[in-house]
Amino acid sequence: MKIHQFDVVVVGAGGAGLMAALYASKTASTAVISKLYPMRSHTGTAQGGVGAALGNYEEDHPEWHTFDTVKGSDYLGDQDAIEFMCQEAVTSVYELEHMGLPFSRTPDGRIAQRPFGGHTNNLTGKPVRRSCYAADRTGHMILQTLYQQCIKNKINFFDEFQVLDLILINGVAQGVVAIELATGEMHIFHANAVIIATGGYGRIWKITSNAYSSTGDGVAITLRRGLPIEDMEFFQFHPTGIYKLGILITEGARGEGGILLNGKGERFMEHYAPHVKDLASRDVISRAMYTEIREGRGINGQDYLYLDIRPETVNKYAALDGRTQPDGSPYRVTGDDILARLPDIVDFCRTYLGVDPVEQPMPVQPTAHYAMGGIPTNLLGQVVMDEKNTILPGLYAAGEVACVSVHGANRLGTNSLVDLIVFGRHAGLDAAKYALGSQFKTLPNDVADFSIEQLDRLRKNKNGTEKISKITEEMRTTMMDHVGIFRTNEGMSASLTKIRELQDRFLQIKIQDGGKVFNTELLNAWELGNLLDLAEVVTISAIARTESRGAHSREDFPNRDDQEWLKHSLAWSEDGKIRLGYKPVTITKYQPKERVY
Amino acid sequence: MKVTVKILRYDPEKDQRPHYQTYQVDAEPTDWVLDLLERIKGDQDGSLSFRRSCAHGICGSDAMRINGMNRLACKTLLQDLHSHTIVVEPLLGLPIIKDLVVDMEPFFDHYKSVMPYLVNDEQAPMRERLQSPAERERFDDTTKCILCAACTTSCPSFWANGDYIGPAAIVNAHRFIFDSRDRASSERLRILNGQFGVFRCHTIFNCTQACPREIQITKAIGEVKKAIATGNLD
Repeated sequence: MKIHQFDVVVVGAGGAGLMAALYASKTASTAVISKLYPMRSHTGTAQGGVGAALGNYEEDHPEWHTFDTVKGSDYLGDQDAIEFMCQEAVTSVYELEHMGLPFSRTPDGRIAQRPFGGHTNNLTGKPVRRSCYAADRTGHMILQTLYQQCIKNKINFFDEFQVLDLILINGVAQGVVAIELATGEMHIFHANAVIIATGGYGRIWKITSNAYSSTGDGVAITLRRGLPIEDMEFFQFHPTGIYKLGILITEGARGEGGILLNGKGERFMEHYAPHVKDLASRDVISRAMYTEIREGRGINGQDYLYLDIRPETVNKYAALDGRTQPDGSPYRVTGDDILARLPDIVDFCRTYLGVDPVEQPMPVQPTAHYAMGGIPTNLLGQVVMDEKNTILPGLYAAGEVACVSVHGANRLGTNSLVDLIVFGRHAGLDAAKYALGSQFKTLPNDVADFSIEQLDRLRKNKNGTEKISKITEEMRTTMMDHVGIFRTNEGMSASLTKIRELQDRFLQIKIQDGGKVFNTELLNAWELGNLLDLAEVVTISAIARTESRGAHSREDFPNRDDQEWLKHSLAWSEDGKIRLGYKPVTITKYQPKERVY
Repeated sequence: MKVTVKILRYDPEKDQRPHYQTYQVDAEPTDWVLDLLERIKGDQDGSLSFRRSCAHGICGSDAMRINGMNRLACKTLLQDLHSHTIVVEPLLGLPIIKDLVVDMEPFFDHYKSVMPYLVNDEQAPMRERLQSPAERERFDDTTKCILCAACTTSCPSFWANGDYIGPAAIVNAHRFIFDSRDRASSERLRILNGQFGVFRCHTIFNCTQACPREIQITKAIGEVKKAIATGNLD
């Protein structure tokens, strides 16, 4: 066993983790521990852009971004946090540009911006160009740029180390325990501040845009250590995943004028969101798509619809909408424009669908995409552990793993990247400040025991009868069927029973690989345990919330209920049972009202 | 249909040297090679190790040799291989850790040696630095690199001498050398003009063929060579 000591350790090397590391390392000794090489992180797959009211084409204000985000959240987002994020978004995007991020450019050399769902001019209600983009690979560019800066600043990386446990001593964070994949050796990282930035858990669902590695490790670890997790019932389904594969087609495709069509060739979003139509927020569109499919208007009656970005379609509907270019002339695109603005989308479609989207429409269906819930934090990224937002000293979280909450019940497109640059930075800054003012506590000898125990329990089942792949498949299917876009008490209760059965069967998993070196089978099993634990919490939180709000849509409780449910859920794991609690939503300027797009 | 997947296996805790192991798998022509590997691991042999994450060609985890060519397993369709026997091997030229997992550290060391980050110590404006669309376009192709190592490990010059920094490092140097905002081009060109730098490239084009992002790598390397030879970036 090896022991390392740093002021700050960051767990996870996606956008939030790298941003936190860059800022923490300005003053404090910092290590980044990640199960993947940094540029393999899921941030790299973000496509359409990062939202900031730069106003490079037209009037825009952080206040508008704030209101759009509050409305998008179905009023469950904390308004102080949202306002803070949208104000900071502007300087954060400039900062990324100064670090070298190769944004696409306007003719006069500024950062290019495109429309995105739910982002509007608050006076006219029309879509506004707020998403700052680098073609359709904005996340890739953010990840690369941050990693490049980390290299420049000589940050310590422990790549391909899986963190298994959080060290808490007398209620204070003191580091993490990790296993080195290449050797199977355990490592203890002793630190005065820990920043968790491990991303989401979209692998719970069958159709997902998420990477194999999005297994909710950080959320599951804190849950096991007795900390609450917040708003787990809110999980975003992105409207446009490639049919059956779930691979994401950016909302930027609709920002550039793409249209959703049903089996009758109708632009059905006109009926569901008459003002912004195909640029309504994601929960609204995913529900509309599901409804169209259920009522038999899928393509050829099947369970998918078309996303059409052929120039003739885009130009036809742009003319009907009266859409204009920044100079006031009518909006028109050519096939080359589509290729220039959405090169990766064109490539995905050619590769994964055998369809050229400039010539044929793309078959799409909603795909599990983003966790609004997670580890509760405040504006500085500090983890809070109860209904009164009491801080747990030395523990931080940022990015998708965290719930500030800026996304509430439904995240607006582009705000995941805003979240990770803004709160990644603040978590890094505050963690360093806190760590430098703290004393290391003595670690007990048994500090790694819980981690070793978890892996040993999995390893010992040489005669086990269950397969990782089978349990994974069953979990993903039941969650997709019953805890997806539309939910009922009946369906979710059945799913909960199923998840508990799978948790029992999980104990009988057979691990064939008895080795230490790069034992991915063992790690995949441990990850599956995380997913099952989180699937249980998601389902329990969702059954309890007897209303529909944002991404949580109950057929048996179809209306939003502000009287009873304008509050955040908290879930604790206590003696193997999940206990729920609630805390109020912070409302500053915007009183809840009906949400119409 | 049934396909035969022949995988080069190596477990350092058991094996003296790598050996092939063969699996029969039910597959559809539209399956990805990664699907086959997942199926083998899930149903037949959990001890098979390989890296993967995003499964759609963006994260760069699963570059490997498939029927003799470097490719991403998640971007290689079975039907495009035109064969019922698939041979899967780890990338060449990097030490094998286990099965299809190679030691990436030498690769990243080369990457880090070319200053792969923007250098510009001038006072930044309050807003963005301006860059024209044409200036941005100048280095667009090389921004696409996902550091999967398919190019470098397909290069005979790299196989011959692992000290050669290799195509991926040059691509990432190119991305900054031709960025109008950068100020360290001459230093990078000096590094690339070194003993194990860009002139180890003999224009074999394997890298360009191997790149899953379709970066024109040999062209980029040519532009770097020209910049060194002529002393200017035009």
